[in-house]
Amino acid sequence: MDLRVRRHPVLGDMGGGDEVTIFVDGRPLPARAGEPIAAALYAAGIRATRYSRGKGEARGPFCMVGRCTECAMTVDGIENVRTCVTPVRDGMRVDTPGVRRHGPARV
Amino acid sequence: MALPAYECPMVVVGAGPAGLCAALEAAEAGIRALVMDENERGGGQLYKQIHRFFGSRHHGAGKRGFEIAAEMVEGCERAGVEIRLSSAVLGCFPGGELLVDGPEGVYLLRPQATVLATGAAERCFPFAGWTLPGVMGAGAAQTLLNVHGVLPGKRVLMVGAGNVGLIVAYQLLQAGAEVAGVVEAERGSRGYEVHLQRVRREGVPVYFRHRLLAAEGDEGVEAALVESVDEGRVRRFRVDALCLAVGLVPQAELAAMRGCRIAYADELGGFLPWHDREMRTSVPGVYVAGDAAGVEEASVAMDEGRLAAVAAAEDLGALDGARAAAKRKELLARLEGLRGGPTASHIRRARARLNAG
Repeated sequence: MDLRVRRHPVLGDMGGGDEVTIFVDGRPLPARAGEPIAAALYAAGIRATRYSRGKGEARGPFCMVGRCTECAMTVDGIENVRTCVTPVRDGMRVDTPGVRRHGPARV
Repeated sequence: MALPAYECPMVVVGAGPAGLCAALEAAEAGIRALVMDENERGGGQLYKQIHRFFGSRHHGAGKRGFEIAAEMVEGCERAGVEIRLSSAVLGCFPGGELLVDGPEGVYLLRPQATVLATGAAERCFPFAGWTLPGVMGAGAAQTLLNVHGVLPGKRVLMVGAGNVGLIVAYQLLQAGAEVAGVVEAERGSRGYEVHLQRVRREGVPVYFRHRLLAAEGDEGVEAALVESVDEGRVRRFRVDALCLAVGLVPQAELAAMRGCRIAYADELGGFLPWHDREMRTSVPGVYVAGDAAGVEEASVAMDEGRLAAVAAAEDLGALDGARAAAKRKELLARLEGLRGGPTASHIRRARARLNAG
């Protein structure tokens, strides 16, 4: 999955997105320099940033402005970092907190 | 341990259109305001806006939001206004002290005048599956798209056909996403006709009298269930993102903490600091402007910011009564013009109620 916008009719060339490498649960992921961690993850189709403590349900970025804390992950060993307002850094380690326990949601 | 504390004439909380215009107006009256903002850049939500704005030359009409933001930040720099970024105002104590967490550390500010221009937060409502990744605010989608260059999904359903929903739906198309539809529970849009028609011209169906029932998926949104209110028919949209454009809520926390009287106006986003026409709250020395004073448009926020600064400058003795009155008259006339349209009747009603007490 690639959700990156590379050319935009108003904003022009937005860059390729492989200037730096971060490690997400141990796996390397290319990222644009200066973008928030959550954007790098989302661009690669990684939407679940954590699993809830109670039911182990997937949670993902909701507000993208540092308000809702749904995107809080463990970054370089520090827990509860709001990844939507924390820029990537080359070599950064990002780990998904929580354990997935919940099956598919169907109504 | 005592925190370092600094005296200053005026602090503006929030570097969006209201806060920056308050600081510019204060500078004209000879008051050097300090503008605090938790974000890495100034301009508030304007720098995420890539569409051209309406209004008049006072409000940057014909320019794109990010261009207006850049101009205001440059204007502040020219006027000698200090904007402290990455600096969150965490508290506003009953004595008037502000608690700041910034790059310099944690410290207190003791301003003589405080302008609260903290903006608004996106409203949300609960539904089955609302916590699934891929469900996000329309503003969040706009941030992903226009600031970070990332699509919230390949195929998106927008909930809410007000200006935010319509504008972001169009911006999703511009960036290359597919928009499965715009869902709106009301019979029509509260947004501008031009935004509605632009989305429709692109072939996006707008479903009035439809409501969102649920989001489905495993690790993230895979589908959304939408019901027609009148017939009860349920339709499933296969989408990988669901954007909620269901309104904004004034961020009134600092005002509440300070002891400002809180009023309620549904048409303006809910609870907000009560204020008079001149943007004074119930607490002397505390002023409010922009979406924090009731959700309206960026152009309104700009003039409210200026009004708040005029009141503060008058109260601090930097503007005499006659000059303050002249400036106020012009600003109030401009605001009346901005709120004069047929789509703003609910705003006029709420403002009249608020001003009556």
